[in-house]
Amino acid sequence: MILVLVETGSDGATPTSLETLTFARELAGRLGGETVEALIIGPLGAGEASAGGPEAQERVKEKLSAQLAEQGVDSIHHAAGERLERYGASGWATALGAVPAAYVLAAGTPRGSEVLAHVAARAGAMMAANVVGIVDTEPLVLSRQVMGGGVFEHMRLDGAPRVLTVAGHAVDPVAADDASAPVWHEFEPELSDADLVTAVVRVETGAPDATSTLTGARVVVGAGRGVGSADGFDDLLQLRDQLGAALGASRVVTSLGWRPHHEQIGQTGSRISPEVYLACGISGAVQHWAGCQSAKMIVAINTDPDAPMVTQADYAIIGDLHQVVPALTAALRRRESSGG
Amino acid sequence: MGTVPASARVVVIGAGIVGNSIVHHLARLGWRDIVQLDKGPMPNPGGSTGHASNFLFPVDHSREITDLTADSIRQYKEMGVFTQSGGFEVARTAERMQELHRRLTSARAWGIESEMVTPEAVVDRVPYLEPSIIRGAFWTPGVGVVDSQGAGTLMREAALGLGALQVCPTVEVTGMEVEDGRIRRVHTDAGTIEADTVVIACGVWSPKLARMAGASIPLSPTVHQMISVGPVPQFADTSGEISFPIIRDMDTGCYERQHGGDLEIGSYAHRPILHDAEDIPSIAQSKLSPTEMPFTEDDFDRQLEQALELMPDILGNPQVEIRYAINGLLSLTPDGGPLLGETPEVAGLWSAAAVWIKEGPGVGRMIAEWMTTGTPEYDTHAADIARFHPHQRTRTHVKARVEEGFHKTYGIVHPSEQWLSNRGVRLAPMHQAEVELGATFFEAAGWERPQWYASNAPLLAEYGDAVMDRTAEWDSRWWSPIINAEHLAMRERAGMVDLSAFAIFDVLGPGALATVQRVAVAQMDVDTGRVIYTPVLDARGGFRSDLTIMRLGEEHFRVVTGGGSGNIDRKWFSDRRVDPATTQVVDRTSELTTIGLWGPRARDVLGRITDSDISAEGFRFARCRPLEAGPLEVHASRISYVGELGWELYVPMEQGARLWSLLAEAGREDGLVPVGNGVYGTTGRLEKGYRAFGAELDAERTIVETGMMRPRVKAQDFIGRDAYLRQRSQDPARILCTLQVDDHRDEAGVRRYMLGGEAVTGPEGEPLIDAHGRGAYVTSAGSAPSLGVHLLMSFLPPAQARVGTRLAVDYLGRSYPVSVVATDATAVFDPENLRIRS
Amino acid sequence: MVNLLVCIKRVPEIAGEILLSQDGHSIDARHVGHTLSEHDECAIELAVGLAGDTGGEVRVLSLGTAEAAEQLRYAVALGAGAATLITADPESYGPADVAAAIAAEVRASPAAYDLILVGNDAADTGDFQVGVRLGFALGRPVLTGINTAEIHGSSVLARGAGPQGTDVFEVPLPAVMAVQEGGVEPRYPSIRGRLKAKRLSIDRKDPLIEPIGSGRVKLTLPPTKPSTVQILGEGPDAVPALVEILASSGVLNR
Repeated sequence: MILVLVETGSDGATPTSLETLTFARELAGRLGGETVEALIIGPLGAGEASAGGPEAQERVKEKLSAQLAEQGVDSIHHAAGERLERYGASGWATALGAVPAAYVLAAGTPRGSEVLAHVAARAGAMMAANVVGIVDTEPLVLSRQVMGGGVFEHMRLDGAPRVLTVAGHAVDPVAADDASAPVWHEFEPELSDADLVTAVVRVETGAPDATSTLTGARVVVGAGRGVGSADGFDDLLQLRDQLGAALGASRVVTSLGWRPHHEQIGQTGSRISPEVYLACGISGAVQHWAGCQSAKMIVAINTDPDAPMVTQADYAIIGDLHQVVPALTAALRRRESSGG
Repeated sequence: MGTVPASARVVVIGAGIVGNSIVHHLARLGWRDIVQLDKGPMPNPGGSTGHASNFLFPVDHSREITDLTADSIRQYKEMGVFTQSGGFEVARTAERMQELHRRLTSARAWGIESEMVTPEAVVDRVPYLEPSIIRGAFWTPGVGVVDSQGAGTLMREAALGLGALQVCPTVEVTGMEVEDGRIRRVHTDAGTIEADTVVIACGVWSPKLARMAGASIPLSPTVHQMISVGPVPQFADTSGEISFPIIRDMDTGCYERQHGGDLEIGSYAHRPILHDAEDIPSIAQSKLSPTEMPFTEDDFDRQLEQALELMPDILGNPQVEIRYAINGLLSLTPDGGPLLGETPEVAGLWSAAAVWIKEGPGVGRMIAEWMTTGTPEYDTHAADIARFHPHQRTRTHVKARVEEGFHKTYGIVHPSEQWLSNRGVRLAPMHQAEVELGATFFEAAGWERPQWYASNAPLLAEYGDAVMDRTAEWDSRWWSPIINAEHLAMRERAGMVDLSAFAIFDVLGPGALATVQRVAVAQMDVDTGRVIYTPVLDARGGFRSDLTIMRLGEEHFRVVTGGGSGNIDRKWFSDRRVDPATTQVVDRTSELTTIGLWGPRARDVLGRITDSDISAEGFRFARCRPLEAGPLEVHASRISYVGELGWELYVPMEQGARLWSLLAEAGREDGLVPVGNGVYGTTGRLEKGYRAFGAELDAERTIVETGMMRPRVKAQDFIGRDAYLRQRSQDPARILCTLQVDDHRDEAGVRRYMLGGEAVTGPEGEPLIDAHGRGAYVTSAGSAPSLGVHLLMSFLPPAQARVGTRLAVDYLGRSYPVSVVATDATAVFDPENLRIRS
Repeated sequence: MVNLLVCIKRVPEIAGEILLSQDGHSIDARHVGHTLSEHDECAIELAVGLAGDTGGEVRVLSLGTAEAAEQLRYAVALGAGAATLITADPESYGPADVAAAIAAEVRASPAAYDLILVGNDAADTGDFQVGVRLGFALGRPVLTGINTAEIHGSSVLARGAGPQGTDVFEVPLPAVMAVQEGGVEPRYPSIRGRLKAKRLSIDRKDPLIEPIGSGRVKLTLPPTKPSTVQILGEGPDAVPALVEILASSGVLNR
């Protein structure tokens, strides 16, 4: 049996969980004869939904049932109970352990990774993180992201259970050819006191966070090595102000000390999803792409037409940002003052 | 990837400071249809210019380099990208203080404002420097920083503005095509460009590009470590890039310069770290840029400690953090000089590599002039890429010498200092015999050439005080009193000199006479068997060389020249052949060896091994002919560079050892001694007023200035004739004189001996500036043992060029009285030339 | 006083095009060099801060080749007081092996570490599990994704980003935490720090376990995506076209 940990939000299963289910189905097909079952832990929909009371919970449950049926899931296990009200990796791992499976999968999210690491550690099993594909099944060899997604590793995964997380955006979530009619099993696993030690004691919301302006911005102006020096940011700061945007930076820029670390966009650093990302003087290493690929539109300004930031952008201007950016700021000002 | 045109008048590869300067100056000189390529984007394509520390210290011991720097500063100023900061070179040791005094005398010679100052004077301008660490400093107010990348952009724009240039960024050269020895095509990833003139200005990548055409640019990409620390509170209130003078901490091989709010520390002190041009990463593969390699911090730790000693207030501050650190690549060459000019292997393929930011625009102008007229304003012999012999272009040699030379960047380099690595490459046939005689070998064009022989040590007692021994360590470094003893023995009896390092080439064929007539100043339409000493001029009448030519037949001339400039001279003749289809220039250097036999008893010695008539009438001066010498056929040439009766004896290389032993045997009862190049290259010629190429003679000097005019100018045309005639009709702006030192004693009573390069001044230290604006300096210095004096040569303004004029020479911070003893080529010793003609 | 152990890893710098070694088993880092991941840098920063607050000490530990001394010294330059290098070929160690080797070293060490920090995941192998396995092996509570931490008596109050906001944890010491960058600003080394690091003697240890391995078969490079960029032009001349695009995207209407 292939057991998939499904994380939920107010819209039901999270998108990455759906991707993981699709991947699980593919794995089942390759292996032959394995069923795919889902495990949901704790209050459905977490946060807002659980705060919305039984009605909201019920809506999420309906949505989930439909989504999981569409994914061809054979059974839905729902671990609930007072001790699972608050997230704790150890408790979640205990819940997972209550449903014996030959394969345990989760999305490569912070929680998915953490919980499965506990599962693997308890079982003395290996764990493959951020899997993107199946290379072979006998033995099981998986392809997974390493080097921030810049390299794929073919990894042989042995042990019982086989524990793996699936990288986000590695597979498109597609419906199964034949929808299933999964049975919903609700159960209350037995959590020890030790399982509760590492549980969340409270969730703080709305606290000012240095990175929140960046992650929530509609427009982000990104700065790379092309800026030239710590003294070279005036042009970009003026553009930022003109656009009401946030300023982000590549890792090179923060590691050179030109800008503070909290402005970094990338594999480490903030992951942004603005309407427009204006990448200025950024070459676009894979680790930067990991942080900006969710932008709806990417515009690169760079001297090098061969830079990955340019070739993978939607639009690009070839040129020195210190010439292009002031011209852009001036043009935007003119447009604004003329009421355009 | 960009696009390229199908053809171009000239392709310049590289858009660093050098390539940008070249396209600008070519356009300025009228070139059109210039195509400039770079595999990187503009304005920073990723080469060494992009990470240069961009400061310029104007003073160098080399006159030509100093001139190129001065020209570059002038150009940077015109472009508005120069910021004057002033600069200190600080000394932590007594030896360095002496070196800085030597630098001061160079500065005086080149007319650059500078002075020696106390540690306190440094602190006045650089308050964060710890004065107790240093003994003093050399202050040059004209030091500054430039925006080399901005300058490059301005220069490209100037060429674009003239409609002369097409710039093709992000185009990588993939190959070059050569036909009949000439460059024809450049292949790129964006297409092929037809061009029969191509300039490689690719810095550290240049060797790779040259190899594509079958040529060689002998440099090695070499690491120069640099870090940037900040934020520096001391710089918080300053505006602009630099407000404090730059410090060069010479003894630790480091510099410290303000850059905005940060302090940059660079080092030439770490172990030499060399790379191959082929192994430099692409732009996509590199972390910062291809020439900013990962920092190896262990190599920098010692420099950090030393920098902390010097600037504890900044560097000891825990808030000042190390943020940027690179192993930056720059281009170093086997002899430290730049690599300029047309490659000897491929016609039309030019090299403009191994150039520092401080020389970039000057080199751009030089190369453009060279390509346009053939005669750049400044002398090129120390920069000409043709100077390298094949073995000097091997990777082994380049790596060995670059490794050895790396620490000379900030080191104290004695004027006679010898390279120690990769020696023993070119051995004379008599080398083993020389080893047995205890020769100390100096290197000349890769040859191991005896400088003096330990076997001659007993002569020291024989000549006593006449050997003019030197007690000061600096004066006697790379020197021995045996040289002077050998000199005296040669003048008194006879000496034999290994001259294997001569470069020899033949000019053959129907166009041979016309070719040598065209190149040489002297009349070459002479009888077979004549030996002619002649200057070789460029079109402006400057010296390209001086050498001897033997006429061996109707269509056969043999050119003999110094090993060091042999390649350049051969290329010069070859490139100027009249009727190249039938005229050949053939290198004989490795076929023939030469032994010089000179001295009053030279005829007696030679007479013992030959039956040939070698009497004064039977073998006259300036004649050459074959003669039998025991079992050998020797080609004898009766000339002398030491002013004595005697011959240069040429034999096939494999017979050189036998000739050496024959002569040694034959000369025993005459007291013949082996004599090293210390005599041949210095003492012998100085007494005779003979000039040396590279010292007195170069492209910026004329026959008139050097006092080498002959009564008549040959009627036939030759290169430089018009200029020479014009020069003869005018008074020279300066005159080459011989001076003698009148008092050698320093403040401690130690006798000091100048080595060359020192400023010559009026008796009270007044600068002597000629009509060209040049300061007077010592071009050659050495003992004249036969006269018991120390002689100097120097170009002086006409007013001072009078025998008996009392002047002074500035040596290591002290002034010594000298007086003029000759104002033309007249010999100080044997002025009637009785000996040589006897 | 809290004594901390920070486990760090020497990793190739990720920048630009990644090169694989000839045998396809590892990364060729000769052009980019090696570094610490930002998670590790933040773990060091956090540890140095906590030690400073409480008068405790920080030891850094790495399992790696002799060259990993460079990263240990970097950490010392940032404020760690001691360093341990478990000399081993990291290529033959899977994440479970690394955790086991560190756990064995911790158990064998006379020092009692109140808090062990690791980076949330290694920048090269991205396994996301060493911290959890280490906590499990030592029988200590373990948290991952931690941005900041404060010591409160015998427990640690830690914060990390959660799906609904900032998750707050409070666990008793001794504990293990996997640190995620974003909470603290890692400092850069000072010169005195660097010189102190140079002089420090690194404790070199042999691993106390036999590795099982990582399961790596080989590395491959992902296919490059075809470019669909629309070049608007060169230099400032292209600005009007960009303004049009920005206008039509709606982001100019504030």
